[in-house]
Amino acid sequence: MTASQSPPEPAGTSAPSPTSRRGRRRRATALAPRDKLVLGLMLGIPSLVHIALVWVPALGSIGLSFSSWDGIGGFADIEWVGFGNYVDIFTRYPRFWPAVQHNLTWLLFLLVAPTAAGLLLAVLLDRQLRFGRIYQSALYLPMVLSLALVGFIWQLIYQPEQGLLNNVLGTASTDPVNWLGDPDINLYAVLVAAGWRHTGYVMLLYLAGLKSVDPALKEAAALDGANAWQTFFRVTFPVLKPVNVVVLVVTVIEGLRAFDIVYVINKGRNGLELLSVLVTDNIIGESSRIGWGSALAVVLLLISLGFIVTYLIQVFREEGRA
Amino acid sequence: MTFRPRSIPLGRIALHVFLVLTCLATLAPLLWALYASLRTYDDTARNGYFSVAESLTFDNFTSAWTQADLPHYYLNTLIVTLPALLLVLLLSSMVAFGVSRFSFRFNLVLLMLFTAGNLLPQQVIVTPLYRLYLLTPLPRWLSDSEVLLDSQLGLVLIHVAFQSGFCVFVLSNYMKTIPNEIGEAARVDGAGVFRQYWQVILPLCRPALAALATLEFTWIYNDFLWALVLIQTGDKMPITSALQNLKGTFFVDNNLVAAGSLLVALPTLVVFFTLQRQFIGGLTLGSTKG
Repeated sequence: MTASQSPPEPAGTSAPSPTSRRGRRRRATALAPRDKLVLGLMLGIPSLVHIALVWVPALGSIGLSFSSWDGIGGFADIEWVGFGNYVDIFTRYPRFWPAVQHNLTWLLFLLVAPTAAGLLLAVLLDRQLRFGRIYQSALYLPMVLSLALVGFIWQLIYQPEQGLLNNVLGTASTDPVNWLGDPDINLYAVLVAAGWRHTGYVMLLYLAGLKSVDPALKEAAALDGANAWQTFFRVTFPVLKPVNVVVLVVTVIEGLRAFDIVYVINKGRNGLELLSVLVTDNIIGESSRIGWGSALAVVLLLISLGFIVTYLIQVFREEGRA
Repeated sequence: MTFRPRSIPLGRIALHVFLVLTCLATLAPLLWALYASLRTYDDTARNGYFSVAESLTFDNFTSAWTQADLPHYYLNTLIVTLPALLLVLLLSSMVAFGVSRFSFRFNLVLLMLFTAGNLLPQQVIVTPLYRLYLLTPLPRWLSDSEVLLDSQLGLVLIHVAFQSGFCVFVLSNYMKTIPNEIGEAARVDGAGVFRQYWQVILPLCRPALAALATLEFTWIYNDFLWALVLIQTGDKMPITSALQNLKGTFFVDNNLVAAGSLLVALPTLVVFFTLQRQFIGGLTLGSTKG
């Protein structure tokens, strides 16, 4: 414990010492004016970059979502329409509800399939298994590929006549399934590809979590006569709670950000609409409808905000108490 | 130490069989792409892709390399990735140092701001950012578009701004584990704030920095959306986004698409195989606290 030592005061300092904070952390030391300036710059410059390019645009999206603006002319030409964009999006925009539904399916799928598979593989690999490292590497290798590349590579599998899947199923020459072209199934085909990449990540997170579980706990459970299932669900899994939260957040963020893969496949049309695609379409498409696109972005923001706040509370709760 | 499982060898064998099959299934798409990329167009046109290859050749790789002008796009990616990587590590380690080693009023707020910023979906930011980039003038020697839009500097900046959220979070957690006495000793010896950061704390963070560097390299290298929206001249695109444009214009057959995809994946695969330990470290750095 360092709390019992009092921090050395640098000589010749006239700056007021932060006495109010002293009780909390003894790290606080009165800083020389020069050091204050240096520290201010070290914190200030990166924060400025981050705020200017991340938070200002995020707030800008909220502001512009109440406007109707085609991006031509200055800000003076912006016409304010209140909640008009939102009303239109919710009631009249045919691509909106399908996109919401696809996003939700995406989330649900990622939360169930890769998470279960990742957890199972992590549990299997979490013993001193022969070739364990090789298995592990093979399983998370897809993680290093971009989702765009995953899209390219899986097109080789999903093509109707020449793709691997239809040939393996024997339907290539007779009645090929158009995995990526059929709007009833292409979302699921893409989800398998996205889940392929995500499973390795979940597995790694759980493996890291399992390593930090005290083996004595498991041994004690074994001595008490618990079988493998009981040990896992009563002892190991509860200890993994922090990892569960991380997996949840990583998965939700991944699900809401999903864009690259559907964009390289068919630009997010015909059954692959996602909220991210609708937002992007308003910038790179022909029609530049800034207010409209921003309103869509705010919907995305509101969905993600719930998870972001949950995560922050979980992560920083400790800190607040410390 | 794990306790010895009481399972009979048969169970062990079943486990290994299951894992081998799962690994093969995981690698199958990549192996399939590799197989397709090694075959000739004539071969696959005559026999279909689902057949035994008549011969294997690296020709597709050379044609993808030259036809698609890949060296040019690798260079574009390098121009963006390297400065972005160095800057993001430098800037975020400074913030992490400030919030983890000193107490001041906005400590926690700042840390939360960075952490939350990194969790935002990019699309929430992208429209106003596009306008902002369009309105920011640059001298001609920095960008031939004379604004931040369609300039590689713009890409570097957004990567730095966006990724610093994750790096600040991870590095500040790491720096909190460094005993306070180390900084104090340096202070007693008369080291200023910057020297404490640069010569004392930063060298101690080398493992975390290495892990973050590998991870951030893959993330920035793999970027698709920022380049797609913020770069308009196809010539300036980084490689991952360029492949999308190239697919339509140059790649007429799957063998070339497969070869091109594998070539684009190559740098990240090299990083993966040589720096695996750091890569895993990076992925799990932010998650195992608590």
